[in-house]
Amino acid sequence: MAMEVTQLLINAQSIDGTVRKHAEESLKQFQEQNLAGFLLSLAGELANDEKPVDSRKLAGLVLKNALDAKEQHRKYELVQRWLALDMSTKSQIRAFLLKTLSAPVPDVRSTASQVIAKVAGIELPQKQWPELIVSLLSNIHQLPAHVKQATLETLGYLCEEVSPDVVEQEHVNKILTAVVQGMNAAEGNTDVRLAATRALYMALGFAQANFNNDMERDYIMRVVCEATLSPEVKIRQAAFECLVSIASTYYEKLAHYMQDIFNITAKAVREDDESVALQAIEFWSSICDEEIDILEEYGGEFAGDSDVPCFYFTKQALPGLVPLLLETLLKQEEDQDLDEGAWNIAMAGGTCLGLVARAVGDDIVPHVMPFIEEKISKPDWREREAATYAFGSILEGPSADKLMAIVNAALTFMLNALTNDPSNHVKDTTAWTLGRIFEFLHGSTIETPIINQANCQQIITVLIQSMNDAPNVAEKACGALYFLAQGYEDIGPSSPLTPFFQEIIKSLLAVAHREDATESRLRTAAYEALNEVVRCSTDETSAMVLQLVPVIMMELHNTLEGEKLSLDEREKQNELQGLLCGCLQVIIQKLGSEPTKSKFMEYADQMMGLFLRVFGCRSATAHEEAMLAIGALAYAAGPNFAKYMPEFYKYLEMGLQNFEEYQVCAVTVGVVGDICRALEDKILPYCDGIMTQLLKDLSSNQLHRSVKPPIFSCFGDIALAIGEDFDKYWRYSMPMLQSAAELSAHSAGADDEMTEYTNSLRNGILEAYSGIFQGFKNSAKTQLLIPFAPHILQFLDSIYMEKDMDEVVMKTAIGVLGDLADTLGSHVGGLIQQSVSSKEFLNECLSSEDHTIKEAAEWAKHAITRAISV
Amino acid sequence: MAPHEIRRPFKRRPISDQQKRRELSLLRQTQHRSDAQQRARNLASSVISLQSSSPDVDPEILSEAVPELDEGTESESSSFDVRQASRLRGPEARKWFARQLMLPEWMIDVPDNLSQDWYVLARPAGKRCFVVSSDGTTVSRVRNGSILHHFPSALPGGARKKGASGPANSYSILDCIFHESDQTYYVIDMVCWRGYSLYECTAEFRFFWMQSKLAETGACDPPSFYHKFRFSAVPFYNCDQSGLHSAYTGSLPYVKDGLLFYNKHAHYHTGNTPLVLIWKDESCSQYVIDTDNNGEVPNQQHIVLELQEEGKLVTSDDPPVPFSCLNADFVKESGLSSGSLIRFAIGDGGLKCVDGRFEKADLQYIGVSNRARAFADSYSKIMFQYMARHSPLKVEDLASTISHENQQDKPPEVDMSD
Repeated sequence: MAMEVTQLLINAQSIDGTVRKHAEESLKQFQEQNLAGFLLSLAGELANDEKPVDSRKLAGLVLKNALDAKEQHRKYELVQRWLALDMSTKSQIRAFLLKTLSAPVPDVRSTASQVIAKVAGIELPQKQWPELIVSLLSNIHQLPAHVKQATLETLGYLCEEVSPDVVEQEHVNKILTAVVQGMNAAEGNTDVRLAATRALYMALGFAQANFNNDMERDYIMRVVCEATLSPEVKIRQAAFECLVSIASTYYEKLAHYMQDIFNITAKAVREDDESVALQAIEFWSSICDEEIDILEEYGGEFAGDSDVPCFYFTKQALPGLVPLLLETLLKQEEDQDLDEGAWNIAMAGGTCLGLVARAVGDDIVPHVMPFIEEKISKPDWREREAATYAFGSILEGPSADKLMAIVNAALTFMLNALTNDPSNHVKDTTAWTLGRIFEFLHGSTIETPIINQANCQQIITVLIQSMNDAPNVAEKACGALYFLAQGYEDIGPSSPLTPFFQEIIKSLLAVAHREDATESRLRTAAYEALNEVVRCSTDETSAMVLQLVPVIMMELHNTLEGEKLSLDEREKQNELQGLLCGCLQVIIQKLGSEPTKSKFMEYADQMMGLFLRVFGCRSATAHEEAMLAIGALAYAAGPNFAKYMPEFYKYLEMGLQNFEEYQVCAVTVGVVGDICRALEDKILPYCDGIMTQLLKDLSSNQLHRSVKPPIFSCFGDIALAIGEDFDKYWRYSMPMLQSAAELSAHSAGADDEMTEYTNSLRNGILEAYSGIFQGFKNSAKTQLLIPFAPHILQFLDSIYMEKDMDEVVMKTAIGVLGDLADTLGSHVGGLIQQSVSSKEFLNECLSSEDHTIKEAAEWAKHAITRAISV
Repeated sequence: MAPHEIRRPFKRRPISDQQKRRELSLLRQTQHRSDAQQRARNLASSVISLQSSSPDVDPEILSEAVPELDEGTESESSSFDVRQASRLRGPEARKWFARQLMLPEWMIDVPDNLSQDWYVLARPAGKRCFVVSSDGTTVSRVRNGSILHHFPSALPGGARKKGASGPANSYSILDCIFHESDQTYYVIDMVCWRGYSLYECTAEFRFFWMQSKLAETGACDPPSFYHKFRFSAVPFYNCDQSGLHSAYTGSLPYVKDGLLFYNKHAHYHTGNTPLVLIWKDESCSQYVIDTDNNGEVPNQQHIVLELQEEGKLVTSDDPPVPFSCLNADFVKESGLSSGSLIRFAIGDGGLKCVDGRFEKADLQYIGVSNRARAFADSYSKIMFQYMARHSPLKVEDLASTISHENQQDKPPEVDMSD
């Protein structure tokens, strides 16, 4: 039965906190005590034109939130509750919702549209509410325009909520027809036309069949292109949004329309409102994205399969497109480098130019050079900045051969500009461009180095000087130093940076301490550069890195001594803790092995103490960074890490329980592996707790799925560390592995993302088997594993047959075959010989070009030979 | 339906440094995991490879032994082993083998639950050695790692002969004592059998396996052309009254040298372990008290300690037990260096113990120890030898501990009142 909720809903929006809270409580209580009555009341409120707009809107919102939630498990719960409601309640609610689409108040109609889509999202896959689409479509032919507008909006949301495969093609066709007709210039009502255009954007995923039909596609494209010329700016913008989406969804169908689209977009970029122009540029960025992907994947060769070929739209458009984009570069906003949220036509155009360079490579250079040469020294900062930005944009894509001479000629100019240009904007872009030069044209793969003995000193001096410039310029200078250091990653025993090492470190620490370091991400950039400098340093400077340890530790210590901080200060403090833990982590990896290890380990106790205190601060980022650092420390400490376990354990457990911040959970799982390898059997006392938590994690539907494969791998780590003592857990873990294996066999092949996940799941499962087999090897308990052998061999065979495994899985899988033979020996000799894996799969791996696969295969062959010949 | 956000990253790296660290950590973990796997897999392989790198292995036989799976890839399959082996030769190989034996501690007090948890066996007098059979040959190496014999045997893979001894590429590792007078290898433990490592098995399982498997091969048969030395499993007993009695007094085909006690639950642990104990007295061993190079018992107890940094003198235990200290000037003068093994005599001041733990010793410097020695003495050996000279642990002490345990095990007598 329905109840009067108007007053509650109005009170729930009261500015008086007590009134609001009381109303919220009452609503919650109502929901818990009588869900059907509650939902019905809300729907009734929403549908009642007599009621105040505010209570109606909130009624709709609360109703929507009772149907959907962000968290997977909560969403599932809500769906189940809705499905469990009695049919008469649901029918009444549906009727209220449909009725609301005719309400005179636009906001109320719009809320109802969204609620209807949510209900459809739940019911259509269950084959419930079959008459919904038909009744919506019948609305289209009704006269009042606002009903038509609300219906189109509903169809749009419906397409967003519902997967195309639960809607019959006949209905899809009718929806698209209604939507495209609504967009047509013949439609006189602007609101209807806008709603239809936005609905098409969401319905494009449903139009697969229609895009395959030349006539239907021509029709849709014509209507979309016409809508880009509408006198109404919102319609033009929405129409370009459709084009952007079409660019990525139906790239291979566009050849026929590209000339027209170029003309439309060029006109929009040059003449239209910025909101429209941005979408027009985004169309070209999306086309570049597609072509970059295709060229990366197939190296430009059309493989002749069903793969999408590259149509080289960008290359064909170059002569017109590049000047168009260069023009946009001159439309900078005065302070765009100081505003984190800025996004304007100059930024979009520059970004697109960078993508064009990646899509076409060398061909872009002659189109851009005249612009750069003409403008780089002009008195107007806009021209200098635009020229510099254009230069920086084309550094990724073209070959080093093509760029080398230009870059060498420009380097001195750039260094000079960074020091002397009066414009902050120009300096910002110059520093960024230097960073791009070092990122793409400096490093062990480049034949003639850009940086040499003659200019190294000058480059570093200029960069260090710029670190005292405005925060945005200093940030870019730190970024440039980052790539400068990175280029010397594989330099060998002696680095050209060694003479400057001390000065660089000192300057970066000074930057991090600037009072304005929290502006423009400057502090983060300084620590990131510091990390990269340390990471790429050589033994020559290890003594200086060692000196850095107490310095960073002291800084971390200081952040932990903080007095009462405001929320904002605390957030900054936590961010700093994360940066410092990250820095220590990099140092641990650098110094944690001989010859520096013993000296470094003198700090271990103190450092561990600090990390434990960081955990106490309960910030996800800092927690994750500290955890990663501890993993690295455990590796360096080896069995000695045992002494930290009593104190550390609770944080380890806390991390494993952190479902919400799943990155923390994932990192902790990895650290459990580190600790297993460090402690080996000394981890045993903690295994009951760890395994319990890992098993809980696996069965949780709250935990992000990406964490599950590493948990399986972690089983393997534990089994390898504690050997046959793993028998305590095998009865819980084996069935889980088995069902995950079955799942991974069935879910293969859906799409790239799914295949990738399936492979990571397989890899985790296989690593678990490997660890368990090797851990049980030579113990009387191996017999526990014998019953699982047929299943595991079947799993290996099925992976081989699917033909969609990656190299990592191939290597792990063939290794498991060896482990199985090695551990179970003659007990499984016959079974192994019957398996496909022991023949075709093994032979394929033996002739693999991947050294690690081959090695694992040889091991497997060795083990099998022994198993079948005993 | 609001317009859609299209902001793209501007002048920033697409991946944050934190993400980079995360990825590097994952990479490191993956690498370490795969290293750990590799180590586990190669545990047995490296033992074998050492052997197959010995000069007189006929390469023809090697490849002939590899079954058909191998077509065209023989060289790779053997290179898998040889790769690891190539790093260890001569002295290196000796050093490696010197660390592979499980070394008993000397019994300086009687462990609990002797009758429940321990086996006893009479140790044959002779050279302790590691016997490895594989690839058609058998090699025995004594405690310091040097080769004693190189011979064909009926052990699995122990001779270039097909048949009962199994395929040539299976291998075994036995822990033996070579008994000079009857030229027999007495097997006291089994480490690997037919390619299966027993390292991680309990003594209970290893002994059971040893007794049942050894005879199957014909290794216990008298010597023949393909079987140069006879092998024989040493009988072992539960360490109850009768077991101890049998081991201590029973008549055996070999000369005894003390009793070995094995904890039934212990794995094969390389190096010193308190879960295997040796005990000796005059009636079951000719060598209770250490002799000098001339075979005579010196007046004073001699011990060998290792010199460490800062003049510390320690035993071979893990962790080492510090015994004393040498003056830095003395170390310099005598040309000693860290790692030197040094011989001392225990003077009249003797060893002082407090609550059963060593406190200090009256040590007299003799000189650098014989070069053949690989290790310093263990703490338990020094203490056992000291006790043997002053107040030995007697067989009666063992027997009375066992009978005491048995009394405790008896269920208490309770009157039922129904």
